[in-house]
Amino acid sequence: MTPPPELIGGLESPDYSSHDRAAHEPYVAVFTGETRKELDELLGHYPKKMAALLPALWIVQRERGWVSEEGMVEVADLLELTPAYVKGVVTFYTMYHQHPVGKYFIQVCTTSPCGICGAEDVVKAFLRHTNAGELGVTSPDGKFTVIEVECLGACGFATPVMINEKFIESVNPDKVPELLAELT
Amino acid sequence: MGFPHLPHSRETTVLSKYFGDAEARTLDGWKKRGGYKALEKALGMQPADIVNVVKESGLRGRGGAGFPTGMKWSFMKPGDGKPHYLCCNADESEPGTFKDRELMRWTPHALVEGCAIGAYAIGAETAYIYIRGEFTEPLYWMEQAVKEAYAAGIIGKNAMGSGKRIDVHVHKGAGAYICGEETALMNSLEGRRGNPRIKPPFPAVSGVFGMPTTINNVETLIAAAPILLNGADWYKKMSLSNPKSTGTKLFSVCGNVQRPGTYEVVMGFPFKEFLYDLCGGPYHGRKFKAVIPGGASVPIQTMEEAEATLMDYEGFVAQGSMLGSGGVIVIDDAQPMVTVIARIARFFAHESCAQCTQCREGTAWTTKILERIRDGEGTMEDLDTLLDIAEQMTGKTICVLSDSCAVPVVSGIQKFRGEFEALIQGRRFHPVTAAVA
Repeated sequence: MTPPPELIGGLESPDYSSHDRAAHEPYVAVFTGETRKELDELLGHYPKKMAALLPALWIVQRERGWVSEEGMVEVADLLELTPAYVKGVVTFYTMYHQHPVGKYFIQVCTTSPCGICGAEDVVKAFLRHTNAGELGVTSPDGKFTVIEVECLGACGFATPVMINEKFIESVNPDKVPELLAELT
Repeated sequence: MGFPHLPHSRETTVLSKYFGDAEARTLDGWKKRGGYKALEKALGMQPADIVNVVKESGLRGRGGAGFPTGMKWSFMKPGDGKPHYLCCNADESEPGTFKDRELMRWTPHALVEGCAIGAYAIGAETAYIYIRGEFTEPLYWMEQAVKEAYAAGIIGKNAMGSGKRIDVHVHKGAGAYICGEETALMNSLEGRRGNPRIKPPFPAVSGVFGMPTTINNVETLIAAAPILLNGADWYKKMSLSNPKSTGTKLFSVCGNVQRPGTYEVVMGFPFKEFLYDLCGGPYHGRKFKAVIPGGASVPIQTMEEAEATLMDYEGFVAQGSMLGSGGVIVIDDAQPMVTVIARIARFFAHESCAQCTQCREGTAWTTKILERIRDGEGTMEDLDTLLDIAEQMTGKTICVLSDSCAVPVVSGIQKFRGEFEALIQGRRFHPVTAAVA
């Protein structure tokens, strides 16, 4: 068995390029056809519909790149919840994007164990080389959003960085330009 | 260890034997290495007998609290007419801890097997593996392993032809440290905000979906398989110190050491040799200054304490700390302690679920004051304020996140007060600038 491509090689990932446009366009339902089937199968894992909420939100984010208010309404209808309840859950968890982000969402771990191994310099290198300039702000070309993240759970491989779904270990500032060169 | 380095000769590799061995990730490869024999044996036993073997082995929870696993399993009353659930806590987020990540990415079938054994032992038909969302690689391998195990009939309606139903599902978290707290994990699994619940009722009475539930750490469940195969006595003998801490333990080592990684040693191993021999000691030209031995929420040890420690539940307590999750953070003399502790406090402030006032306010204020001292703008009074806040944060909240933030702050001020005072008095910390090997 070989690992999926996003874990070993290139950076195949959801298409984030249309984020800004998507924010202004009419909402297109996520759960149709195959995606609906996927949700139905997930519902079979739990005795209560509500338990499929986190997985359903993951599907919305996978398909659209972020979780919009309309996406929350769609999920709420499907799982017989109120949109307000769903929003309450979305806002609790840090991994759901509540607004469009860059095509490449870069998370750098800076918690203590990485901090003492120089994670701050890795963050600075990413900010400089992506032109994002500031944490949480998408670069002018819409490609990169860099954030600091709390403990990615790979402390022995300092500094771990997540770019979309790809998990990269042992990043130092010198490696940053070559990592970014792969991202087109 | 096996990955990224070969195992050290003084390691005892039971759980980490196949780290770095890509073939062990597949069902065929896992079976070739003796996989699923323990489950087969378990399904031929009475659940109560499995619980007794685990009880007898002395296995204790590897997630942090060290609660005896067999006893936890025995709280699940068979024949109460309710569905039982097993939750595997794979929300490993404690700074410094990454052993479960290695277990899941290298030996995913070991966890499927452990979950199936655990579920059968507590009378559950469903086991959920709650994995934190950031663990994309472990998630991938666990999902593959579950799929393969279903296809081979190892789990499912008729697990290994035993007539028993055992379902195992992987559930992906979405970024919240607090979901590693067992009641928060259950809330999250149910599709709620990850706020911890007030106990009692304890999970064994009313857990996930309101039903009797047992929550075990990844390493605990995986350890159950070799115990069943080799017997409780075999496991008990793997201890260098006392009969209360048995078996092997994975320690994930990070920070300023030559060879960070996940090591497996028997309980009671001398910490001094562990740090200087197995982990390769400090970088060239530097010295160790402090160790946080069990993830960011346990007391900081001075080197004097650390070097006198025997690595087991009681050994760490005897030397002013706790074994916790086995996440060893090593800090060398180039690191200002105030910066390290302020960053830990910031972590907890970020991760507080904000349910309890003491925690929401306490973690935030602790962080602000520590960062003020770090930036050379603190006063001597600040130290008293920090200790006062820490006292208010301890033992007064629904879960222990608040206490976890207070612990490193208090131990840090007690053991490294000089560094705090130096910064306050305008004497900056001068790090050692020797070259890194």
